[in-house]
Amino acid sequence: MKLEIKNLTKAFGGIKAMDDVSLTFPSGSLSAVIGPNGAGKSTFFNLISGAFPADSGEVLLEGQDVLRLSKAERMRRGIGRAFQVASCFPTMTVAENLMATVTAHVGQWGNISRRFPPPGVRERAEEVMELVGLNKVSNVEAAILSHGDQKLLDIAIALALEPKVLLLDEPTAGMGPDERWRMIERVRGLWERGKLTLVFIEHDMDIVFQIASTIRVLCYGRVLAEGTPAEIRNNPAVIEAYLGAEHSGEAA
Amino acid sequence: MKAHPAWRDAVIAAIAVIVVLAIPLFHRSPAFEDFVIRLSAMALFATSLNLLVGNTGMVSFGHGMFYGLGAYAFALTMQMTDLSLPVAAVLAVLFTTFAALCVGAICVRLSTDYFAFITLAVQMLFFSIIISWQSLTGGDQGLRGGIPRREIFGFELASQLHLYQFCTVVAVLGLLALRHITTSPFGQTLRMIRDNENRVSFLGVVLWQARLRAFTIAGAFAGLGGVLAALFVSGAYPELADWPNSGQAIFAVMLGGINSFLGPVLGAMILLALNDVVTRFTEYYGLVLGIVILAFAVGLRRGVLDFLRLAWPGRAR
Repeated sequence: MKLEIKNLTKAFGGIKAMDDVSLTFPSGSLSAVIGPNGAGKSTFFNLISGAFPADSGEVLLEGQDVLRLSKAERMRRGIGRAFQVASCFPTMTVAENLMATVTAHVGQWGNISRRFPPPGVRERAEEVMELVGLNKVSNVEAAILSHGDQKLLDIAIALALEPKVLLLDEPTAGMGPDERWRMIERVRGLWERGKLTLVFIEHDMDIVFQIASTIRVLCYGRVLAEGTPAEIRNNPAVIEAYLGAEHSGEAA
Repeated sequence: MKAHPAWRDAVIAAIAVIVVLAIPLFHRSPAFEDFVIRLSAMALFATSLNLLVGNTGMVSFGHGMFYGLGAYAFALTMQMTDLSLPVAAVLAVLFTTFAALCVGAICVRLSTDYFAFITLAVQMLFFSIIISWQSLTGGDQGLRGGIPRREIFGFELASQLHLYQFCTVVAVLGLLALRHITTSPFGQTLRMIRDNENRVSFLGVVLWQARLRAFTIAGAFAGLGGVLAALFVSGAYPELADWPNSGQAIFAVMLGGINSFLGPVLGAMILLALNDVVTRFTEYYGLVLGIVILAFAVGLRRGVLDFLRLAWPGRAR
Protein backbone atom coordinates (compact mmCIF):
# COMPACT_ATOMS: atom_id res chain seq x y z
CA MET A 1 0.00 0.00 0.00
CA LYS A 2 1.23 3.45 -0.84
CA LEU A 3 1.78 5.77 2.08
CA GLU A 4 1.71 9.45 1.27
CA ILE A 5 2.34 12.23 3.78
CA LYS A 6 1.32 15.76 2.87
CA ASN A 7 2.21 18.95 4.74
CA LEU A 8 2.29 17.23 8.11
CA THR A 9 2.71 19.76 10.92
CA LYS A 10 2.83 19.45 14.70
CA ALA A 11 3.95 21.96 17.30
CA PHE A 12 4.60 21.28 20.98
CA GLY A 13 4.19 24.66 22.64
CA GLY A 14 6.25 26.98 20.47
CA ILE A 15 8.47 24.27 19.04
CA LYS A 16 7.64 22.87 15.63
CA ALA A 17 8.42 19.18 15.99
CA MET A 18 7.07 18.50 12.51
CA ASP A 19 7.15 21.33 10.04
CA ASP A 20 5.29 20.91 6.75
CA VAL A 21 6.66 17.46 5.98
CA SER A 22 5.62 15.83 2.71
CA LEU A 23 6.95 12.39 1.80
CA THR A 24 5.81 9.49 -0.34
CA PHE A 25 6.55 5.85 0.35
CA PRO A 26 5.63 3.76 -2.71
CA SER A 27 3.82 0.47 -2.24
CA GLY A 28 6.25 -2.31 -1.37
CA SER A 29 9.21 0.00 -0.78
CA LEU A 30 11.83 -0.39 1.93
CA SER A 31 12.85 3.03 3.22
CA ALA A 32 14.95 4.37 6.04
CA VAL A 33 14.31 7.55 7.96
CA ILE A 34 17.47 9.05 9.40
CA GLY A 35 18.42 12.26 11.12
CA PRO A 36 20.12 13.63 14.21
CA ASN A 37 18.56 13.24 17.69
CA GLY A 38 15.52 15.45 18.05
CA ALA A 39 14.99 15.61 14.29
CA GLY A 40 11.39 14.46 14.72
CA LYS A 41 11.75 10.88 13.48
CA SER A 42 9.75 9.30 16.30
CA THR A 43 7.26 12.18 16.20
CA PHE A 44 6.81 11.41 12.51
CA PHE A 45 5.88 7.80 13.33
CA ASN A 46 3.69 8.88 16.23
CA LEU A 47 1.71 11.20 13.99
CA ILE A 48 1.27 8.62 11.24
CA SER A 49 0.19 5.88 13.65
CA GLY A 50 -2.06 8.23 15.61
CA ALA A 51 -0.29 8.10 18.99
CA PHE A 52 -1.08 11.78 19.19
CA PRO A 53 -2.96 14.18 16.90
CA ALA A 54 -1.31 16.31 14.24
CA ASP A 55 -2.02 20.02 13.87
CA SER A 56 -2.55 19.84 10.13
CA GLY A 57 -1.69 17.85 7.05
CA GLU A 58 -2.75 14.59 5.47
CA VAL A 59 -1.73 10.96 5.84
CA LEU A 60 -2.94 9.13 2.76
CA LEU A 61 -3.17 5.37 2.67
CA GLU A 62 -3.80 4.36 -0.94
CA GLY A 63 -5.18 7.87 -1.42
CA GLN A 64 -7.47 7.86 1.61
CA ASP A 65 -6.78 10.34 4.39
CA VAL A 66 -6.53 8.59 7.77
CA LEU A 67 -5.15 11.47 9.83
CA ARG A 68 -8.41 12.09 11.69
CA LEU A 69 -9.06 8.44 12.47
CA SER A 70 -8.29 6.83 15.82
CA LYS A 71 -5.08 4.83 16.14
CA ALA A 72 -7.06 1.61 16.35
CA GLU A 73 -8.91 2.45 13.12
CA ARG A 74 -5.63 3.31 11.36
CA MET A 75 -4.29 -0.03 12.50
CA ARG A 76 -7.35 -1.72 11.04
CA ARG A 77 -6.71 0.06 7.75
CA GLY A 78 -3.21 -1.40 7.69
CA ILE A 79 -0.75 0.85 9.51
CA GLY A 80 1.31 -1.23 11.94
CA ARG A 81 4.16 -0.08 14.12
CA ALA A 82 6.78 -1.25 16.57
CA PHE A 83 8.32 0.94 19.22
CA GLN A 84 11.80 2.23 20.00
CA VAL A 85 11.57 0.72 23.48
CA ALA A 86 10.11 -2.74 22.94
CA SER A 87 6.43 -2.56 23.82
CA CYS A 88 4.86 -5.87 24.75
CA PHE A 89 2.94 -7.47 27.62
CA PRO A 90 5.62 -8.40 30.16
CA THR A 91 3.73 -10.82 32.43
CA MET A 92 2.48 -12.92 29.54
CA THR A 93 4.38 -15.53 27.60
CA VAL A 94 5.33 -14.89 23.98
CA ALA A 95 2.48 -17.11 22.82
CA GLU A 96 -0.01 -15.33 25.08
CA ASN A 97 1.21 -11.94 23.85
CA LEU A 98 0.45 -12.92 20.30
CA MET A 99 -2.75 -14.85 21.00
CA ALA A 100 -4.12 -11.90 22.95
CA THR A 101 -3.16 -9.56 20.11
CA VAL A 102 -4.83 -11.74 17.50
CA THR A 103 -7.90 -12.06 19.75
CA ALA A 104 -8.18 -8.28 19.87
CA HIS A 105 -7.56 -8.05 16.13
CA VAL A 106 -10.42 -10.39 15.27
CA GLY A 107 -12.72 -8.32 17.50
CA GLN A 108 -13.01 -10.86 20.32
CA TRP A 109 -11.42 -8.81 23.09
CA GLY A 110 -14.67 -8.36 24.99
CA ASN A 111 -15.79 -11.98 24.74
CA ILE A 112 -16.65 -13.50 28.13
CA SER A 113 -18.60 -16.50 26.92
CA ARG A 114 -15.68 -18.82 26.27
CA ARG A 115 -12.16 -19.67 27.32
CA PHE A 116 -9.14 -17.83 26.07
CA PRO A 117 -7.90 -18.32 23.38
CA PRO A 118 -10.82 -18.36 20.92
CA PRO A 119 -10.60 -20.96 18.14
CA GLY A 120 -8.13 -20.29 15.35
CA VAL A 121 -6.20 -17.75 17.38
CA ARG A 122 -3.48 -20.12 18.56
CA GLU A 123 -2.74 -21.21 14.99
CA ARG A 124 -2.44 -17.65 13.77
CA ALA A 125 -0.15 -16.76 16.71
CA GLU A 126 2.05 -19.76 15.88
CA GLU A 127 2.32 -18.61 12.28
CA VAL A 128 3.57 -15.22 13.41
CA MET A 129 6.03 -16.76 15.88
CA GLU A 130 7.36 -18.95 13.09
CA LEU A 131 7.67 -15.94 10.82
CA VAL A 132 9.83 -13.90 13.20
CA GLY A 133 11.60 -16.91 14.70
CA LEU A 134 10.25 -16.77 18.24
CA ASN A 135 8.78 -20.28 18.29
CA LYS A 136 11.57 -21.63 20.52
CA VAL A 137 10.68 -19.18 23.29
CA SER A 138 6.91 -19.34 22.89
CA ASN A 139 6.36 -20.27 26.55
CA VAL A 140 8.78 -17.75 28.01
CA GLU A 141 7.42 -14.70 29.79
CA ALA A 142 8.10 -11.56 27.80
CA ALA A 143 9.71 -9.83 30.80
CA ILE A 144 12.59 -12.31 30.90
CA LEU A 145 13.23 -12.49 27.14
CA SER A 146 16.55 -11.19 25.84
CA HIS A 147 16.52 -7.62 24.64
CA GLY A 148 16.65 -8.69 21.00
CA ASP A 149 13.77 -11.13 21.43
CA GLN A 150 11.69 -8.42 23.09
CA LYS A 151 12.24 -6.21 20.05
CA LEU A 152 11.24 -9.14 17.84
CA LEU A 153 8.13 -9.74 19.92
CA ASP A 154 7.20 -6.09 19.52
CA ILE A 155 7.48 -6.49 15.74
CA ALA A 156 5.59 -9.78 15.92
CA ILE A 157 2.71 -8.04 17.71
CA ALA A 158 2.61 -5.50 14.89
CA LEU A 159 2.70 -8.29 12.28
CA ALA A 160 -0.11 -10.19 13.99
CA LEU A 161 -2.36 -7.27 13.03
CA GLU A 162 -1.68 -7.95 9.34
CA PRO A 163 -0.31 -4.52 8.44
CA LYS A 164 0.19 -3.28 4.89
CA VAL A 165 2.49 -0.50 6.02
CA LEU A 166 4.92 -1.26 8.84
CA LEU A 167 6.75 1.45 10.78
CA LEU A 168 9.74 0.22 12.80
CA ASP A 169 11.23 2.71 15.23
CA GLU A 170 14.90 1.71 15.57
CA PRO A 171 14.54 -2.06 15.34
CA THR A 172 18.22 -2.47 16.26
CA ALA A 173 18.30 -0.02 19.19
CA GLY A 174 20.47 -1.19 22.06
CA MET A 175 21.98 -4.15 20.18
CA GLY A 176 25.58 -5.15 19.59
CA PRO A 177 26.95 -5.09 16.02
CA ASP A 178 26.37 -8.77 15.22
CA GLU A 179 22.90 -8.80 16.70
CA ARG A 180 22.05 -5.69 14.66
CA TRP A 181 22.79 -7.39 11.40
CA ARG A 182 20.85 -10.49 12.33
CA MET A 183 17.91 -8.31 13.26
CA ILE A 184 17.98 -6.23 10.12
CA GLU A 185 18.31 -9.30 7.90
CA ARG A 186 15.24 -10.67 9.59
CA VAL A 187 13.42 -7.40 9.01
CA ARG A 188 14.39 -7.50 5.36
CA GLY A 189 13.15 -11.08 5.15
CA LEU A 190 9.79 -10.03 6.61
CA TRP A 191 9.58 -7.19 4.12
CA GLU A 192 10.30 -9.46 1.15
CA ARG A 193 7.89 -12.13 2.23
CA GLY A 194 5.07 -9.88 3.38
CA LYS A 195 5.09 -7.47 0.42
CA LEU A 196 5.00 -4.72 3.00
CA THR A 197 5.64 -1.04 2.64
CA LEU A 198 8.31 -0.87 5.33
CA VAL A 199 9.74 2.29 6.88
CA PHE A 200 12.40 2.09 9.57
CA ILE A 201 14.32 4.56 11.68
CA GLU A 202 17.96 3.65 12.07
CA HIS A 203 21.13 5.22 13.40
CA ASP A 204 23.65 2.73 12.07
CA MET A 205 24.62 4.20 8.69
CA ASP A 206 26.25 1.00 7.44
CA ILE A 207 22.90 -0.73 7.86
CA VAL A 208 20.96 2.13 6.32
CA PHE A 209 23.13 2.36 3.20
CA GLN A 210 23.16 -1.39 2.72
CA ILE A 211 19.49 -2.15 3.28
CA ALA A 212 17.30 0.78 2.34
CA SER A 213 16.32 1.42 -1.24
CA THR A 214 15.46 5.01 -0.46
CA ILE A 215 16.45 7.22 2.45
CA ARG A 216 14.65 10.23 3.95
CA VAL A 217 16.59 12.61 6.11
CA LEU A 218 14.77 14.67 8.75
CA CYS A 219 16.31 17.59 10.56
CA TYR A 220 14.57 20.00 12.95
CA GLY A 221 11.21 18.64 11.89
CA ARG A 222 11.80 19.26 8.19
CA VAL A 223 12.73 17.08 5.26
CA LEU A 224 16.40 17.78 4.65
CA ALA A 225 16.85 15.37 1.76
CA GLU A 226 15.49 12.26 0.11
CA GLY A 227 16.94 9.88 -2.40
CA THR A 228 18.87 6.70 -3.01
CA PRO A 229 21.75 5.77 -0.70
CA ALA A 230 24.24 7.08 -3.25
CA GLU A 231 22.46 10.41 -3.54
CA ILE A 232 22.21 10.83 0.23
CA ARG A 233 25.84 9.90 0.74
CA ASN A 234 26.91 12.75 -1.53
CA ASN A 235 24.38 15.35 -0.46
CA PRO A 236 26.34 18.26 1.05
CA ALA A 237 23.52 19.37 3.34
CA VAL A 238 23.18 15.88 4.80
CA ILE A 239 26.91 15.52 5.27
CA GLU A 240 27.04 18.78 7.13
CA ALA A 241 23.99 18.24 9.31
CA TYR A 242 24.32 14.59 10.12
CA LEU A 243 26.77 12.27 8.45
CA GLY A 244 30.06 14.09 8.87
CA ALA A 245 32.93 13.07 6.62
CA GLU A 246 33.02 9.45 7.75
CA HIS A 247 30.04 8.18 5.79
CA SER A 248 30.15 10.69 2.96
CA GLY A 249 30.78 9.74 -0.63
CA GLU A 250 34.29 11.18 -0.57
CA ALA A 251 35.37 8.96 2.28
CA ALA A 252 33.74 5.88 0.80
CA MET B 1 -0.32 -19.86 32.50
CA LYS B 2 -1.58 -22.87 30.69
CA ALA B 3 -5.12 -22.74 29.39
CA HIS B 4 -6.89 -25.17 31.66
CA PRO B 5 -10.11 -26.66 30.46
CA ALA B 6 -13.17 -25.24 32.13
CA TRP B 7 -14.21 -28.55 33.65
CA ARG B 8 -11.12 -28.56 35.85
CA ASP B 9 -12.34 -25.42 37.65
CA ALA B 10 -15.86 -26.83 37.84
CA VAL B 11 -14.56 -30.05 39.43
CA ILE B 12 -12.56 -28.10 42.01
CA ALA B 13 -15.62 -25.99 42.80
CA ALA B 14 -17.82 -29.09 43.12
CA ILE B 15 -15.34 -30.74 45.48
CA ALA B 16 -15.14 -27.56 47.56
CA VAL B 17 -18.93 -27.43 47.85
CA ILE B 18 -19.21 -31.11 48.78
CA VAL B 19 -16.48 -30.88 51.42
CA VAL B 20 -17.87 -27.73 53.03
CA LEU B 21 -21.42 -29.05 52.98
CA ALA B 22 -20.31 -32.39 54.44
CA ILE B 23 -18.56 -30.92 57.48
CA PRO B 24 -21.74 -30.25 59.53
CA LEU B 25 -22.82 -33.86 58.98
CA PHE B 26 -19.93 -34.96 61.13
CA HIS B 27 -19.48 -32.08 63.47
CA ARG B 28 -21.73 -29.14 64.26
CA SER B 29 -19.88 -26.02 65.32
CA PRO B 30 -21.84 -22.76 65.31
CA ALA B 31 -18.60 -20.76 65.38
CA PHE B 32 -17.27 -22.56 62.32
CA GLU B 33 -20.54 -22.21 60.44
CA ASP B 34 -20.64 -18.50 61.22
CA PHE B 35 -17.10 -18.25 59.94
CA VAL B 36 -17.99 -19.87 56.62
CA ILE B 37 -21.05 -17.67 56.18
CA ARG B 38 -19.02 -14.52 56.79
CA LEU B 39 -16.24 -15.86 54.60
CA SER B 40 -18.64 -16.49 51.71
CA ALA B 41 -19.62 -12.81 51.69
CA MET B 42 -16.08 -11.56 52.17
CA ALA B 43 -14.62 -13.93 49.55
CA LEU B 44 -16.98 -12.62 46.86
CA PHE B 45 -16.26 -9.06 47.94
CA ALA B 46 -12.46 -9.44 47.86
CA THR B 47 -12.29 -11.58 44.71
CA SER B 48 -14.47 -9.16 42.79
CA LEU B 49 -12.17 -6.32 43.90
CA ASN B 50 -9.21 -8.30 42.62
CA LEU B 51 -10.76 -8.38 39.15
CA LEU B 52 -9.96 -4.66 39.22
CA VAL B 53 -6.76 -4.58 41.27
CA GLY B 54 -4.94 -7.71 40.18
CA ASN B 55 -6.35 -8.32 36.73
CA THR B 56 -6.78 -4.84 35.36
CA GLY B 57 -4.45 -2.76 37.52
CA MET B 58 -7.27 -0.46 38.67
CA VAL B 59 -6.98 0.19 42.40
CA SER B 60 -10.45 1.08 43.62
CA PHE B 61 -10.73 2.36 47.18
CA GLY B 62 -14.49 2.55 47.02
CA HIS B 63 -15.44 -1.05 46.38
CA GLY B 64 -17.23 -1.25 49.74
CA MET B 65 -20.03 0.96 48.42
CA PHE B 66 -21.25 -1.85 46.17
CA TYR B 67 -21.00 -4.36 48.99
CA GLY B 68 -23.08 -2.04 51.16
CA LEU B 69 -25.45 -1.25 48.34
CA GLY B 70 -26.09 -4.95 47.70
CA ALA B 71 -26.85 -5.45 51.38
CA TYR B 72 -29.20 -2.46 51.66
CA ALA B 73 -30.94 -3.14 48.35
CA PHE B 74 -31.57 -6.73 49.33
CA ALA B 75 -32.65 -6.06 52.92
CA LEU B 76 -34.97 -3.22 51.86
CA THR B 77 -36.51 -5.27 49.06
CA MET B 78 -37.19 -8.10 51.47
CA GLN B 79 -38.68 -5.78 54.08
CA MET B 80 -40.79 -3.68 51.76
CA THR B 81 -42.11 -6.29 49.35
CA ASP B 82 -43.40 -9.84 49.43
CA LEU B 83 -40.97 -11.03 46.81
CA SER B 84 -39.27 -14.34 47.39
CA LEU B 85 -35.67 -14.37 48.51
CA PRO B 86 -34.03 -15.37 45.20
CA VAL B 87 -35.98 -12.71 43.33
CA ALA B 88 -35.02 -10.07 45.86
CA ALA B 89 -31.39 -11.18 45.67
CA VAL B 90 -31.37 -10.98 41.89
CA LEU B 91 -33.01 -7.54 41.98
CA ALA B 92 -30.47 -6.33 44.54
CA VAL B 93 -27.58 -7.54 42.39
CA LEU B 94 -29.08 -5.96 39.27
CA PHE B 95 -29.55 -2.69 41.11
CA THR B 96 -25.94 -2.78 42.31
CA THR B 97 -24.76 -3.60 38.79
CA PHE B 98 -26.56 -0.57 37.45
CA ALA B 99 -25.09 1.62 40.20
CA ALA B 100 -21.60 0.32 39.39
CA LEU B 101 -22.17 1.12 35.72
CA CYS B 102 -23.12 4.71 36.61
CA VAL B 103 -20.25 5.22 39.07
CA GLY B 104 -17.85 3.55 36.66
CA ALA B 105 -18.92 5.80 33.81
CA ILE B 106 -17.65 8.73 35.85
CA CYS B 107 -14.52 7.10 37.23
CA VAL B 108 -12.89 4.81 34.69
CA ARG B 109 -11.57 7.47 32.35
CA LEU B 110 -9.39 8.93 35.09
CA SER B 111 -5.76 7.97 35.48
CA THR B 112 -4.68 5.57 38.22
CA ASP B 113 -4.21 8.01 41.12
CA TYR B 114 -7.34 9.98 40.44
CA PHE B 115 -9.32 6.84 39.84
CA ALA B 116 -8.43 5.61 43.35
CA PHE B 117 -9.24 9.03 44.73
CA ILE B 118 -12.61 9.47 43.08
CA THR B 119 -13.84 5.96 43.90
CA LEU B 120 -13.12 6.78 47.54
CA ALA B 121 -14.93 10.09 47.21
CA VAL B 122 -18.03 8.50 45.66
CA GLN B 123 -18.07 5.91 48.42
CA MET B 124 -18.00 8.63 51.09
CA LEU B 125 -20.86 10.36 49.34
CA PHE B 126 -22.82 7.13 49.28
CA PHE B 127 -22.02 6.49 52.94
CA SER B 128 -23.27 9.90 54.00
CA ILE B 129 -26.50 9.34 52.07
CA ILE B 130 -27.06 6.15 54.07
CA ILE B 131 -26.37 8.00 57.32
CA SER B 132 -28.63 10.92 56.56
CA TRP B 133 -31.56 9.21 54.83
CA GLN B 134 -32.86 7.99 58.18
CA SER B 135 -36.43 7.27 57.14
CA LEU B 136 -35.30 4.72 54.58
CA THR B 137 -32.06 3.31 55.91
CA GLY B 138 -32.33 3.79 59.66
CA GLY B 139 -29.32 6.09 59.58
CA ASP B 140 -26.32 5.18 61.68
CA GLN B 141 -28.39 2.63 63.59
CA GLY B 142 -28.59 0.53 60.48
CA LEU B 143 -31.56 -1.17 58.95
CA ARG B 144 -33.21 -3.06 61.74
CA GLY B 145 -36.27 -5.18 62.13
CA GLY B 146 -34.62 -8.16 60.49
CA ILE B 147 -35.07 -9.72 57.09
CA PRO B 148 -38.17 -11.85 56.71
CA ARG B 149 -36.79 -15.35 56.24
CA ARG B 150 -39.27 -16.64 53.75
CA GLU B 151 -38.82 -20.26 52.91
CA ILE B 152 -37.28 -21.09 49.52
CA PHE B 153 -37.38 -24.54 47.98
CA GLY B 154 -37.79 -26.09 51.41
CA PHE B 155 -34.92 -24.03 52.74
CA GLU B 156 -35.51 -22.20 55.98
CA LEU B 157 -32.82 -19.55 56.13
CA ALA B 158 -33.57 -18.77 59.74
CA SER B 159 -31.82 -22.06 60.43
CA GLN B 160 -28.09 -21.55 60.62
CA LEU B 161 -27.37 -24.81 58.82
CA HIS B 162 -29.53 -23.85 55.86
CA LEU B 163 -27.98 -20.40 55.70
CA TYR B 164 -24.57 -22.05 55.80
CA GLN B 165 -25.47 -24.27 52.86
CA PHE B 166 -27.06 -21.46 50.91
CA CYS B 167 -24.10 -19.10 51.34
CA THR B 168 -21.58 -21.79 50.45
CA VAL B 169 -23.32 -22.65 47.21
CA VAL B 170 -23.88 -19.01 46.20
CA ALA B 171 -20.29 -18.04 46.99
CA VAL B 172 -18.77 -20.96 45.10
CA LEU B 173 -21.00 -20.35 42.08
CA GLY B 174 -20.09 -16.67 42.20
CA LEU B 175 -16.39 -17.45 42.39
CA LEU B 176 -16.74 -19.91 39.53
CA ALA B 177 -18.38 -17.21 37.41
CA LEU B 178 -15.57 -14.77 38.25
CA ARG B 179 -13.02 -17.45 37.43
CA HIS B 180 -14.71 -17.97 34.09
CA ILE B 181 -14.49 -14.25 33.35
CA THR B 182 -10.80 -14.02 34.24
CA THR B 183 -9.99 -16.94 31.94
CA SER B 184 -12.06 -15.61 29.04
CA PRO B 185 -10.70 -13.52 26.16
CA PHE B 186 -12.01 -10.49 28.05
CA GLY B 187 -10.00 -11.52 31.13
CA GLN B 188 -6.92 -11.66 28.94
CA THR B 189 -7.73 -8.19 27.61
CA LEU B 190 -7.82 -6.89 31.18
CA ARG B 191 -4.38 -8.40 31.74
CA MET B 192 -3.12 -6.63 28.61
CA ILE B 193 -4.44 -3.34 29.94
CA ARG B 194 -2.65 -3.90 33.24
CA ASP B 195 0.60 -4.79 31.48
CA ASN B 196 0.75 -2.15 28.78
CA GLU B 197 -2.12 0.22 28.34
CA ASN B 198 -0.45 2.16 25.55
CA ARG B 199 0.09 -0.87 23.35
CA VAL B 200 -3.43 -2.17 23.92
CA SER B 201 -4.89 1.03 22.56
CA PHE B 202 -3.19 0.27 19.23
CA LEU B 203 -4.82 -3.15 19.04
CA GLY B 204 -8.40 -2.04 18.66
CA VAL B 205 -9.37 -2.45 22.32
CA VAL B 206 -11.50 0.47 23.50
CA LEU B 207 -9.84 1.10 26.85
CA TRP B 208 -12.65 2.87 28.66
CA GLN B 209 -15.20 0.29 27.55
CA ALA B 210 -13.08 -2.59 28.80
CA ARG B 211 -12.44 -0.81 32.11
CA LEU B 212 -16.07 0.13 32.56
CA ARG B 213 -17.15 -3.41 31.94
CA ALA B 214 -14.64 -4.76 34.48
CA PHE B 215 -15.79 -2.16 37.01
CA THR B 216 -19.45 -3.08 36.49
CA ILE B 217 -18.85 -6.81 36.77
CA ALA B 218 -16.78 -6.30 39.92
CA GLY B 219 -19.54 -4.14 41.40
CA ALA B 220 -22.13 -6.80 40.63
CA PHE B 221 -20.24 -9.53 42.48
CA ALA B 222 -19.50 -7.23 45.40
CA GLY B 223 -23.26 -6.66 45.54
CA LEU B 224 -23.82 -10.42 45.64
CA GLY B 225 -21.39 -10.58 48.57
CA GLY B 226 -23.41 -7.80 50.20
CA VAL B 227 -26.59 -9.87 49.86
CA LEU B 228 -24.94 -12.69 51.80
CA ALA B 229 -23.68 -10.22 54.39
CA ALA B 230 -27.21 -8.88 54.83
CA LEU B 231 -28.50 -12.41 55.33
CA PHE B 232 -25.87 -13.03 57.99
CA VAL B 233 -26.55 -9.89 60.02
CA SER B 234 -30.24 -10.01 59.15
CA GLY B 235 -30.27 -6.38 58.12
CA ALA B 236 -27.79 -3.86 56.85
CA TYR B 237 -25.42 -1.49 58.60
CA PRO B 238 -23.67 1.61 57.30
CA GLU B 239 -20.31 0.05 58.26
CA LEU B 240 -20.76 -2.35 55.35
CA ALA B 241 -20.55 0.60 52.96
CA ASP B 242 -17.93 2.58 54.86
CA TRP B 243 -14.41 3.05 53.57
CA PRO B 244 -12.66 0.94 56.24
CA ASN B 245 -14.63 -1.94 54.76
CA SER B 246 -13.14 -1.20 51.33
CA GLY B 247 -9.81 -1.27 53.14
CA GLN B 248 -10.61 -4.74 54.47
CA ALA B 249 -11.13 -6.00 50.94
CA ILE B 250 -7.85 -4.43 49.83
CA PHE B 251 -6.10 -6.08 52.80
CA ALA B 252 -7.61 -9.43 51.86
CA VAL B 253 -6.42 -9.04 48.28
CA MET B 254 -2.92 -8.01 49.31
CA LEU B 255 -2.59 -10.66 52.03
CA GLY B 256 -3.74 -13.51 49.83
CA GLY B 257 -2.03 -12.48 46.61
CA ILE B 258 -3.19 -10.36 43.70
CA ASN B 259 -1.87 -12.64 40.99
CA SER B 260 -3.61 -15.80 42.16
CA PHE B 261 -7.30 -16.26 41.56
CA LEU B 262 -7.89 -17.76 45.01
CA GLY B 263 -5.51 -15.33 46.71
CA PRO B 264 -8.27 -12.95 47.89
CA VAL B 265 -10.27 -15.90 49.28
CA LEU B 266 -7.27 -16.98 51.33
CA GLY B 267 -6.70 -13.37 52.35
CA ALA B 268 -10.31 -13.10 53.51
CA MET B 269 -9.86 -16.29 55.54
CA ILE B 270 -6.73 -14.92 57.20
CA LEU B 271 -8.41 -11.61 58.01
CA LEU B 272 -11.54 -13.19 59.47
CA ALA B 273 -9.56 -15.74 61.46
CA LEU B 274 -7.30 -13.00 62.80
CA ASN B 275 -10.33 -10.98 63.76
CA ASP B 276 -11.91 -13.88 65.63
CA VAL B 277 -8.74 -14.92 67.43
CA VAL B 278 -7.32 -11.52 68.24
CA THR B 279 -10.50 -9.93 69.54
CA ARG B 280 -10.73 -12.77 72.03
CA PHE B 281 -7.47 -11.72 73.64
CA THR B 282 -7.12 -8.01 73.15
CA GLU B 283 -9.07 -4.96 72.16
CA TYR B 284 -6.15 -3.69 70.09
CA TYR B 285 -7.25 -5.55 66.98
CA GLY B 286 -6.05 -2.82 64.63
CA LEU B 287 -2.57 -2.91 66.13
CA VAL B 288 -2.22 -6.66 65.64
CA LEU B 289 -3.64 -6.48 62.14
CA GLY B 290 -1.20 -3.72 61.25
CA ILE B 291 1.75 -5.78 62.48
CA VAL B 292 0.61 -8.82 60.51
CA ILE B 293 0.21 -6.81 57.32
CA LEU B 294 3.59 -5.19 57.86
CA ALA B 295 5.12 -8.64 58.31
CA PHE B 296 3.61 -9.79 55.03
CA ALA B 297 4.57 -6.65 53.15
CA VAL B 298 8.15 -6.58 54.39
CA GLY B 299 8.72 -10.31 54.80
CA LEU B 300 7.04 -11.93 51.79
CA ARG B 301 6.76 -8.79 49.66
CA ARG B 302 3.64 -10.32 48.14
CA GLY B 303 0.50 -12.18 49.12
CA VAL B 304 0.67 -15.71 50.50
CA LEU B 305 -0.51 -17.56 47.38
CA ASP B 306 1.68 -15.48 45.09
CA PHE B 307 4.59 -16.26 47.39
CA LEU B 308 3.89 -19.98 47.33
CA ARG B 309 3.50 -19.98 43.56
CA LEU B 310 6.86 -18.30 43.21
CA ALA B 311 8.45 -20.75 45.64
CA TRP B 312 7.01 -23.74 43.76
CA PRO B 313 6.86 -22.68 40.15
CA GLY B 314 4.90 -24.64 37.62
CA ARG B 315 1.82 -24.75 39.76
CA ALA B 316 -1.53 -23.61 38.44
CA ARG B 317 -2.94 -20.22 39.29
